[in-house]
Amino acid sequence: MAGNLNQGAKALLLSELVSGMALTLKYFFKPKVTLNYPYEKGPISPRFRGEHALRRYASGEERCIACKLCEAVCPAQAITIEAEPRADGSRRTTRYDIDMTKCIYCGFCQEACPVDAIVEGPNFEFSTETREELMYNKDKLLSNGDRWETEIAHSLAADAPYR
Amino acid sequence: MVESTYLSMALTGALILGQILLVTIPLLLAVAMLTYAERKVIGAIQLRKGPNVVGPFGLFQPFADALKLLTKETIVPTGANRIVFMMAPMLTLLLSLVAWAVIPFDAGWVIADINVGILYLFAISSLGVYGIIMAGWASNSKYAFLGAMRSAAQMVSYEVSIGFVIITVLLCVGSLNLSDIVNAQKNMWFFIPLFPMFVIFFVSALAETNRSPFDLPEGESEIVAGYFVEYSSMSFAMFFLGEYAAMILMSGMTAILFLGGWLPPFDIVPFNWIPGIVWFALKTALCLFVFLWVRATMPRYRYDQLMRLGWKIFLPFSLFWVVATAGVLMATGWIPR
Repeated sequence: MAGNLNQGAKALLLSELVSGMALTLKYFFKPKVTLNYPYEKGPISPRFRGEHALRRYASGEERCIACKLCEAVCPAQAITIEAEPRADGSRRTTRYDIDMTKCIYCGFCQEACPVDAIVEGPNFEFSTETREELMYNKDKLLSNGDRWETEIAHSLAADAPYR
Repeated sequence: MVESTYLSMALTGALILGQILLVTIPLLLAVAMLTYAERKVIGAIQLRKGPNVVGPFGLFQPFADALKLLTKETIVPTGANRIVFMMAPMLTLLLSLVAWAVIPFDAGWVIADINVGILYLFAISSLGVYGIIMAGWASNSKYAFLGAMRSAAQMVSYEVSIGFVIITVLLCVGSLNLSDIVNAQKNMWFFIPLFPMFVIFFVSALAETNRSPFDLPEGESEIVAGYFVEYSSMSFAMFFLGEYAAMILMSGMTAILFLGGWLPPFDIVPFNWIPGIVWFALKTALCLFVFLWVRATMPRYRYDQLMRLGWKIFLPFSLFWVVATAGVLMATGWIPR
């Protein structure tokens, strides 16, 4: 009986509706969480797996030794490598292609790499207007490496203690 | 002699036309700003910023949207009845605009100061359902048809309780003229003595304008968009304009019936310096904010719950209040003569 009365009074005074409205009104005045995307960007983890890059040593020599471990581990078979010995006798790639439309951004290539040559950098804004532009070749990957080297070195250093 | 009659007729016509434009253009601007305000308010409640890219604070967003709709193609489905299909949105927009003829914006600021103003408003808002039924039927689509059926049933149910609320107010005023209704609230706005009726009126207004939590006619999770699924381009825009103008109209009616129309909250110096139209606009804006606030708070009703609320709760409750108000007025001799 008392329970019914209580419920009746609540329904009649719309107390639940009012408390719900009060809650939303409180949220109305709270600070907003919107990021103004192209102008503001959220933080990304050092482990972030974005666009691929081929790195160089400080001397300018390319790191990749054409071991083809990345090509072998790639579950999407997005990587194609051809290699032959260079004039100075060191083993280098003559072709290093990644089909970015096949890539699933699993990060296995950078895990497999013994010399930290192929890495997935922090860049995620590399959309293109044609499919062909997403067939990355060695030049493109090396220039990515030159462009993002500071960020890549920073995130590799930040993640090193956990590996 | 004949020429001067023609001249005076032409002058009167021009004057009325001017008045109509003076009401309609700000109203359409208000509709545009309302769509912007809706997105901003709901965004804020959901901890978002809402539109903020087009123009300062995103203020030009509604105009960009309108331009987009204007440049799109109007598609008429093959199975549709073309004439009725195109008439429906026009009717909806027209009805939500003509109602403003009797709304007093300030003392004497009214296009047609007719003495059955409230009846006229009630009639026009009841006619609003025709636009929706015509759209639902002429579209020849199951979703549109279901939406129209729902809307018709819903508007009829809630109009009954709106009618009783209006009767209660009329009992306290003794006149159907909207200016008289506002003037009768000089001493006390009606929402204080008639608070339960104020709540019922507001909730019924939500149902009448198909706003959430009573937006079943356009319930997107069940029937896509209800009666305007088949509409595109300007025919869609006209529905949209009509619906939002109806929201503003209902808020204006709430302001007039319960919140003292153009009257300042206290008849003392800083308040009565501000012109009445500002007070009227403020009160309407407040009601509109509550419309948006409710939309951001409440989930949609189920259809049987909606009908139960209308017929089993609001109808007996408002009927009881009509009787009670009339009894009190008679017993105390406050009834206006």
